[in-house]
Amino acid sequence: MIRTSRAGRAGQYLALLGYLVFLAFPFLWLISTAFKPARELGSLHPTWIPRDPTLANFRQAFDEQPLLQAAGNSLAAAAGAALICVAIATPMAYVMARHRTRLTTAATGWVVVSQAFPFVLVIIPLFLVLRNLRMINSLSGLVLVYVVWSLPFALWMLAGYVRAVPGELEEAAAVDGAGRVRTLLSVVAPLLAPGIAATALFAFITAWNEFFFALVLLKTPEKQTLPVVLTHFLGAEGVADLGPLAAAAFLATLPSLVVFALIQRRITGGMAAGAVKA
Amino acid sequence: MTSTTVAPPSGNQPERPPGEGRARRRGRGRGGPPGKPLDHGAWFLVLPALIPILILSVGPLVYGVSLAFTDSQAGRTEPTQWIGALNFRDLAQDTLFWDSFGIGLVWAVGVTVPQFALALGLALLLDQKLRLRWLARALAIIPWAMPEVVVGIMWRLVYNPDAGILNETLRDLGLGEGRDWLTGLATALPAVIVVGIWAGLPTTTVALLAGLQNTPHELHEAAALDGAGPWRRFRTVTWPAIRPVVLAITALNFIWNVNSFALVYVLTGGGPGGRTRLPMLFAYEEAFRYGQFGYAAAMSCVMVAVISVMLALYLVGRLKGGDER
Repeated sequence: MIRTSRAGRAGQYLALLGYLVFLAFPFLWLISTAFKPARELGSLHPTWIPRDPTLANFRQAFDEQPLLQAAGNSLAAAAGAALICVAIATPMAYVMARHRTRLTTAATGWVVVSQAFPFVLVIIPLFLVLRNLRMINSLSGLVLVYVVWSLPFALWMLAGYVRAVPGELEEAAAVDGAGRVRTLLSVVAPLLAPGIAATALFAFITAWNEFFFALVLLKTPEKQTLPVVLTHFLGAEGVADLGPLAAAAFLATLPSLVVFALIQRRITGGMAAGAVKA
Repeated sequence: MTSTTVAPPSGNQPERPPGEGRARRRGRGRGGPPGKPLDHGAWFLVLPALIPILILSVGPLVYGVSLAFTDSQAGRTEPTQWIGALNFRDLAQDTLFWDSFGIGLVWAVGVTVPQFALALGLALLLDQKLRLRWLARALAIIPWAMPEVVVGIMWRLVYNPDAGILNETLRDLGLGEGRDWLTGLATALPAVIVVGIWAGLPTTTVALLAGLQNTPHELHEAAALDGAGPWRRFRTVTWPAIRPVVLAITALNFIWNVNSFALVYVLTGGGPGGRTRLPMLFAYEEAFRYGQFGYAAAMSCVMVAVISVMLALYLVGRLKGGDER
């Protein structure tokens, strides 16, 4: 082992502590603000821990904006997008992993390029196309966009999982007389299930958090998703009612944090594998 | 993805898949036997994903490029006409756009470079057997999983001139009365850049950490035995090993940062006086506030073209630099 001197170690811990503070303090401040009464928010000397913690901000947040409806919209859009995305991505990922033809090469190329997708360039035509389909200001239009938006990552992730399934299993199934669909459904799919679940959850978070497309495509408040509704708290010229704003923002984050905590290991493991390969 | 989430990337930030490493060992990946050609069954499997991709991704991209050569506008009754390169000629004269473009470059570089440096530091620390690593891992979830809009809101609370913790801390430390960071002409851009760095730190760290954990440990010990100090070991052992990851993640970060929208939209809305008006915000306003679809498409084309060229130069330059060493 390479030994580090005691002073070196201390320096390392100090640096780590600095990072931890940098990563955590904005979030702690958000929580702190969410529980502060209006009086404290107006005072010139804010404290880390609310002197007089209250839930009034949460109540006011629900009164001011249709948060429940927005959460419902977000949930519908994100769940719909995640389910459709894995439903159509899994078969294609299977083909990409098992076959090597010009089409699958092109698909892989598209997956890579779409990491760098200039979505300014895509949003205007997408808006026009969806307008012609009469799908502006509708959640179904947004779901369509989210499906395509999460496809590259889903394909990449799922193709990785498929490659990890030994091909011999499928050959054995074929020898036993199982057709292709049968093989996929009863041999491959069960083995892929955890991977499919992780991919779906990731697609879910991506859609739950997404803002730009939702901002452009959803016009009326009763259709808008949570991130768009949150910006309404900011009001004109950035005059904001801080307490309810913080409370609503805090609530909107919880689902993402929980879901992400569930799949973090898979995602970081995947990033590790992908990054090493790159 | 968004991104992440992802991505998302996002966000919105799109990330990378698991299973690649395992897959290669199984001999089914790149080095594996060539696959079977696509039969009817395979087409049946591909089409459900391929059709949406063609209609909603490849199609709009082509359509978007062609829009740049038209006078397409929102809510107009007469048909759209081809106007050749007129949009681009106008764009060349549009100082507001070039100002915005410059701000976009400052933003993208200003976020990507410190983000990389900080992430490398954190990754090196996490690669050591330090305690509290679990805490860093847990905290890294926050910027990574959070909706970009919430990140923006959160930092607005931090930067708030009266009720914000930043100014309060400055006052406590006796560093003056603090200021209104997000509306000050001089401070707005640096302030949003800090937020950008914060938001992308976990992704970058995880990628770099993966690279670090892939460096051969024996080489490190051999170098140490030969009397190489930490800096020397980093230069000769670690850096060459993580170079590919560094290239990939900085290039990706750069692209993601250029595409960034929600953060700055929420933090400043492009103000004060356009000081933080990133090209994305500019194009968005042009298209969806003023309805100039053709002109905004031309803007996007220029952005994409310039960014692609810069990235190509960066990657080629870096790869060559590697040969000389």
